[in-house]
Amino acid sequence: MKRNLSVRIGKLVLKNPVVVASGTFGYAEEFRGFLNLKKLGAIVTKTLTLRPRQGNPPPRTCETPSGMLNSIGLENPGIEVFVKEKLSFFKRLGVPLVMSIASEEDPAEFVELAQRIDALREVGAIELNISCPNIRPQASGSRLQAKACGVQPAACSSLIAQDAHATHSLVKKVRRVTTKTLITKLSPNVTDITDIALAAEDAGTDAIALVNTLSGMCIDVEKRRAALAVTTGGLSGPAIRPMAVRMVWETYQKIRIPIIGMGGIIDTQSALEFIIAGATAVSIGTANFVDPAISQRIVEGLQAYLLRYKIKDVHSLVGALLL
Amino acid sequence: MARQLNAKILENARIKGSYFRSVLLSRQIASHSRPGQFLNIKVSSGTHPLLRRPLSIHGVDKKKGEIRILYEVVGRGSEILSQQKSGGVLDIIGPLGHGFDLRNLYPVTRNPILVAGGMGVAPLFFLAETLGQGPRKRHALHARVLIGGRTKEQILCENEFKSCGCRVEIATDDGSRGFKGKVTELLERMLRPPNPVSRIPSPESRIPIYACGPRPMLREISRLASVYHISAQLSLEEHMSCGIGACLGCVVKTRTGYQRVCKEGPVFNAEEIVWEKSFRKGGP
Repeated sequence: MKRNLSVRIGKLVLKNPVVVASGTFGYAEEFRGFLNLKKLGAIVTKTLTLRPRQGNPPPRTCETPSGMLNSIGLENPGIEVFVKEKLSFFKRLGVPLVMSIASEEDPAEFVELAQRIDALREVGAIELNISCPNIRPQASGSRLQAKACGVQPAACSSLIAQDAHATHSLVKKVRRVTTKTLITKLSPNVTDITDIALAAEDAGTDAIALVNTLSGMCIDVEKRRAALAVTTGGLSGPAIRPMAVRMVWETYQKIRIPIIGMGGIIDTQSALEFIIAGATAVSIGTANFVDPAISQRIVEGLQAYLLRYKIKDVHSLVGALLL
Repeated sequence: MARQLNAKILENARIKGSYFRSVLLSRQIASHSRPGQFLNIKVSSGTHPLLRRPLSIHGVDKKKGEIRILYEVVGRGSEILSQQKSGGVLDIIGPLGHGFDLRNLYPVTRNPILVAGGMGVAPLFFLAETLGQGPRKRHALHARVLIGGRTKEQILCENEFKSCGCRVEIATDDGSRGFKGKVTELLERMLRPPNPVSRIPSPESRIPIYACGPRPMLREISRLASVYHISAQLSLEEHMSCGIGACLGCVVKTRTGYQRVCKEGPVFNAEEIVWEKSFRKGGP
């Protein structure tokens, strides 16, 4: 008997809860030939900015125990090139497209990006990447950010997602200019992630994605140098999974909008951990690098799990942790 | 088109010191591989190490469907790979990347020069083998191969190159084999015009160079290529996360911006690369 795997995120209906995470799936074309892209619940693009960005100098990645650090620095061709060259591919694909966006210095860029995307029929949702640890505005940038956030510079931390007021203000501004489903992606580099999630919910986001990478560092002791050219980067992979599951669980108890859970999912079991902790959908990240077909196998694995436990609808598993 | 599949290990044996050679069975990958391309190999099913290991294709036997790889045990990933038994299977993705460009090579009258530093012999032997067969028999090219290493222990594949008709010259830093000095010094002697006053380039200057090895060696070859106006194709090595162009982790700076070693590379024209101070160099 067919089980219902379909879930709803804002206005978006996904045929299953398996999404591929921003920055780990390129613009999907790279994965053609390794899996059937049509089987995915949704595809989130590599984060796009208003202007092209060349990213950080190499080395940009470093393997760590059961994980990896990255400091790509949001290398991307800019929204114009994406729309011109990559968007038609998604139109033909017929899988919901989530466009991940970020500002470089001035958070007002989020608003401009959202306005442009609002006019694109191919795009199902916008993900606000306010939590990339590899793009830290300089002092002047922080002031700009503070200005746009409407808070004093001292109160404005370097990531928007590290400040509840800045998060609230930004989500509210973007909410005003778009009717598309809005997903806000949060950072685990905070004391209490539920404060930030509540602020985003209150400002009108349709869903919360958590978590982005955990800030980290790795040292080559022979050379006494950081393994990454820019010293610190974002940690991802199974190493951060228990922390991410805990954050989903805490957030699930506080908010009413759906959560897209991620952080070290590499198989069906780890995807289920997030769903049981309260995630309506799950996002596969670093595992795509190791096994480009893993997301499709997790869709099949979830189907099998529902059959095995005679569960009709995946919704009845969301937050179904037994206490 | 690259594929992900489980390939049977036909052989996995130490050839000398910490160097190993494996023979894997995959008709699909063997028949589509070109010199300079690589495989991305999952060495264990666990999460440590988590990422695949990119390894150059060392040669193929299209009839038998065999792929050879050559590797050095340098860390946990290669250590685990070296312990795999023949008869087992390996999860591999390949062939990946953009290999050596041979389009401008034919028809040529002179044989190309291959310069290998240490493990750089791995992709260059596949190239030598391919050139030796030629697109047609009468176009077979027998490369001149320069192999460099710190000591004679690091000189690999000398006889294999010879057996496909190549002329081999060796350079070691300590002089334990062949020329004492850098392999790039050996190359420069070859390129230097016979009569410096005449400024007539040596005949070698019109033949292409293919090289693979450590960054300082490749950088020096770039310099020589520009001084002597010759074309050089360099195969770069870089830590990779995905190997298929998605993560943007393995980039190298070029005249047109950062490019992915796994996708636009690993082979680049020497004049494209912008050489920067390596972050991995130096120490306390």
